[in-house]
Parts: sequence; structure tokens; C-alpha cells
Amino acid sequence: MLILECPYCGVVADETDLHGGGEAHLKRFGPGSSDEDFQTYLFHRANPKGVHFERWRHVSGCGKWFHAARNTMTLEVYGTYSAQTYEPPKAIINAVIKKHPEWEGYK
Amino acid sequence: MSNAVSALQGASFDGYCKVEEAGLVGMITLRGDLSSAGVAKAVKAATGAAMPGQGEITEGAKGRAGWMSPDELLLIVDHAKAADFVAAASKSLAKEHALVVNVSDARAVYRVTGDAVREVLAKLSPADTAAMVPGQIRRTRIAQIPAAFYLTDEKTAELICFRSVAQYAFDILKDAAMSGGEVGV
Ligand SMILES: [Zn+2]
Repeated sequence: MLILECPYCGVVADETDLHGGGEAHLKRFGPGSSDEDFQTYLFHRANPKGVHFERWRHVSGCGKWFHAARNTMTLEVYGTYSAQTYEPPKAIINAVIKKHPEWEGYK
Repeated sequence: MSNAVSALQGASFDGYCKVEEAGLVGMITLRGDLSSAGVAKAVKAATGAAMPGQGEITEGAKGRAGWMSPDELLLIVDHAKAADFVAAASKSLAKEHALVVNVSDARAVYRVTGDAVREVLAKLSPADTAAMVPGQIRRTRIAQIPAAFYLTDEKTAELICFRSVAQYAFDILKDAAMSGGEVGV
């Protein structure tokens, strides 16, 4: 069972209290973008075996969206953080690097 | 106005814990900047309670104030006075980015009493009810529906859900509290 701490409530919620929102930190390509960019934005998602950044919603709690950094293979959670950011905060990156010095990095 | 009735009109069940529908309960949703003095004042005026911190529910002479999210509170008051409180708070918060709505008749409230009240809730919800103490409120789910609950003392919990699922909530609470269903026997 995946357990994440909602950064807004401080509640430690299991995944039945949450709703997954897929890959985090996507850059939106909307009207006026190239077909290729638009296609990539709509359909292409990272599917790593390892460190992954995701969006989650505390759906039966506060209702807010937040971000989580976790490992898709071990289910280890490196941390959760606010939705109001374009990229993972330094503390989260450091938590990942501490566990996986060989990690290729975000992006 | 027609005569207001609660969803299950005080239905009750005796198991190893008692489950009662709490009847008419006034409930107000207040959304806004929880750090603003105006919001704190409106909370005080409606309930007499202090502003709750994250995950807390406070009690005052006229009601309770529960923290629902970083920008939302639930004020629990006398059903007959809810409309007046909404009118007063809407007026006092007119200049702020805030929203005050009477949701009393959109909800149902249950009271669960008994020594094993935490066990009854734990059967239905993923919340760590063993760690909960009076003064905390938890928004979560019970079985398949959203719910919020808090302990008023070690043997009493109050649970709020949508009125549209009032019967479902009562049925699963009854099932969880049924005699013979005690945990660890
Ligand atoms: Zn939350």
C-alpha cells in the first residue's frame, strides 16, 4: 500500500484516500504549438523503473492537488510537496540523491 | 418554509457501540483566507470557538469550527440559527475573498458511542483512529463514501457525510457496530 503525506493537511493518507494524476511537471503545449509538441504533451509520458515525480490529489481529504516523488519499483517515497511549483524543490532532489547517488537527475 | 427534517429522522441502532443519526445539525462551509482577522471574527461570532489549526476542531459556546482544508472551515451550529449566521458572516466578510454557504440540509450527521468507538470507525476508514484524540478532525472516506469525523470524548465520535448517502452511511455504521463484531475477541 502506497502511503503519502498530504503537504496541505499533514495527514498521512494511504492511496485509497488519494487519486493519482500521472506524471508531474509537464509543460503544456496548447494552441499555436507544433503538432509534434502537442502530441508529446498529450500522449507521451515517462514510465521509469525507479525515481518518478507524480501528481496526486487528496480526494477524500482536503481535495487539493500535490506532488510526490517516489520509486516505482520499491514504492519508497522521497517526499511530497506543494503543487505550486514547476519543478521538484531542492530538498526533494537531495532526498533522492542521498538514496541514489547514481541517479541521472530530474529531466 | 416547510418543516425541516433530517435524513433519517433520528434513527438509531444498538450494537457493541450505539449509532444514532444526530437529527438536524446546522452546518456552514466557510472558504477564505484562514489567516485573516475577518474570518477569525466570523468564526467566533457564529460558534464562539477559536480558529482551528491544521487538522483541528475547536469548540465554543455556540458550536464547533473544524479545519477542512487550508482555505476551508466547517462551522457546526444550531440548525435553526445557521441561516442567520450565514447572512451575518456574508455581510462581515463582504470585502474579503470569502464564501459562506449554509450546507445543513446537504449533510447527515451520526453519533457513535461506546468504548470501542475507534474500532467501529477503523473498520470503515483508512484513518489511524487509534492515534486520534478529541480536538482533531479527519476528512477521509468510510467504505465508498467521503466522510469527516472527530471524537468529542474517548467514547463518542461524530461523523458527517452527504445527505444523499445517509442511508448507506447508517447501514455500514450499523454493520461495523453489530454485536458479535467486536475486534480482537
Ligand atoms: Zn490534504
